Amino acid sequence: MLVTHVATALGSRSRTGRNLRLMGVAGLFMLPALALYALFVLLPIVQAAHYSLYDWNGLEPLNQFIGLANFERALSDPVFLGAVSHNAVIVVLSLAVQIPFALGLALMLNRRFRGRSIMRLVFFAPYVIAEVITAIVWSLLLQPDGLAEHFLTAIGLGDLYSPWLADPDTVLVALFFIISWKYFGFHMILLLAGLQGIPRELEEAATIDGATRGQAIRYVTLPLLGPTIRVSVFLSIIGALQLFDLVWVTTRGGPVNASNTMAVYMFDRGIVRFQFGYGSAVAVILFLLCFTLALAYQRWVLRRDTDGATTYG
Amino acid sequence: MAEPSGASLHITARPEARVRVRRFAASLARWAVLLAVAAIVVIPVVYAALGGFRDAPQLAADPVGLPNPWVWTNYLDTLTDPAFWLQLWNSTLVAALSTIIVVLFSALAAFVLARREFPGREAAYTLFTLGLLFPVTVAILPLLILVRDLGLQDNPLGLALPEAAFGLSLTIIILRPFFSRIPKELEDAAAIDGCGPLGFFFRILLPLSRPALVTVAVLAIVFSWNQFLLPLVLLSSESNWTLPLGVTNFSTQYTTDTARILAYTTLALVPALVFYVIAERQIVGGLTTGGVKG
Repeated sequence: MLVTHVATALGSRSRTGRNLRLMGVAGLFMLPALALYALFVLLPIVQAAHYSLYDWNGLEPLNQFIGLANFERALSDPVFLGAVSHNAVIVVLSLAVQIPFALGLALMLNRRFRGRSIMRLVFFAPYVIAEVITAIVWSLLLQPDGLAEHFLTAIGLGDLYSPWLADPDTVLVALFFIISWKYFGFHMILLLAGLQGIPRELEEAATIDGATRGQAIRYVTLPLLGPTIRVSVFLSIIGALQLFDLVWVTTRGGPVNASNTMAVYMFDRGIVRFQFGYGSAVAVILFLLCFTLALAYQRWVLRRDTDGATTYG
Repeated sequence: MAEPSGASLHITARPEARVRVRRFAASLARWAVLLAVAAIVVIPVVYAALGGFRDAPQLAADPVGLPNPWVWTNYLDTLTDPAFWLQLWNSTLVAALSTIIVVLFSALAAFVLARREFPGREAAYTLFTLGLLFPVTVAILPLLILVRDLGLQDNPLGLALPEAAFGLSLTIIILRPFFSRIPKELEDAAAIDGCGPLGFFFRILLPLSRPALVTVAVLAIVFSWNQFLLPLVLLSSESNWTLPLGVTNFSTQYTTDTARILAYTTLALVPALVFYVIAERQIVGGLTTGGVKG
């Protein structure tokens, strides 16, 4: 308010002067957040790009400039390329299995019935359990002589058991299962919130016009839920690309790199083996992947939501 | 108008037997699915909690039923372990610091972003929202160098600051629309009574925005409490470890004593679950506004 008073008092002063003043006050209020953001979020990302051009262990002076050699090394290292493909597998599985599953549950919970809120409370609970704790409990549960083996033996399916997390062929699927255990509730809650924004009358109108419930969901509810599904898909992809805690605690990327992810690979090379420059190059690749994906998604997929009214009229 | 509504009343009052059977079957199928999923969610947690009451041989021989006999030493050992309490305290301290910082800083910024016209406002807002795309993972190596150069390595504040910084985006996204909805008249009235922007912010805007502030604070606490990568890289001495670090270290140190790991893990889990039961509404509300509208 003070600003406007001063600005009016100055009356005839130029527009730029007034604008500067407004920006000054706004800047003062934003200063703490901007400073914190610039120092701990933006600067490190720029620094990662800088370090990625050096051969550096993080301790000595930064003077071994090697151009793009770190990137060439990463892109020709089968272990890194394997890690990229593992992230891709998790992304695909999340989109093909986890989100449809969460959507099905959200549709079930979108009707009023006794016990609905307790179910929602239970399903969402794993989201607040730390990935580290999730990882420890599940690895103990799945290890030989653990709960999984005993349970399967008890119901006569003992032959089905194998130490999934220790087998290169099954470790990714096992990890995906654990990830889904922790995150399906999050996507369900998101989709449920979207569903609750859709007027129930629309589905009822379709039913009155002779549509079955399945048809009403397919042709009325799902198109209207489009924006929420796309947000859910987006968060799922970004999350899967950054996967670290769970893998690090359960398998450290093993056995024989079969569950390595980009983030685990970066941590292992950068922090554990002191290859700071190389680790930074991996971080930059990860960042570029996430960023271009996000921009493309924004451009091609989320954009449709602005003219969604006509697309889905 | 009267006819259709009369007809539908008729249907709901005396549904045909066939419809009733079908509805019953559908509801049965729904409950079968829901209970199966609920079981998969609950079993690992119950397994961990009960496992803590067994001893190692019992756990290897029969981890399915109730403990027999109930063994208390695992829990008692953990509860009398000073390291556990120290980690609990460290986690609490870091969560409190980072939450206070991120909520206060974001509120100040969201205030002008929501209620002041100035050139570059939308650009500034976009810059903050971009933060959602900058993951901690990408920044972690340079963060270590930065925090080391600032002399904050192995220091709770050195962990709380980056945590707060990475929480700014979501917090501002949630607070801004809430702040915009507070009527302009209130601010004008406050100005007439001699209340400057800071006075309005602290004495009127913040108290009126309590629900939104609680929501963002709760999200910040959960984020900080579960954070693993940042403390793993930024903290070195055991006396500064947070719970996720302590639990992980404990589980690799006592690999053979599964029951003790389960007891430790269960106790580390309790605060988060209690917090969840108390604050579920805020967590769900915050994440869905952030996710659906952001």
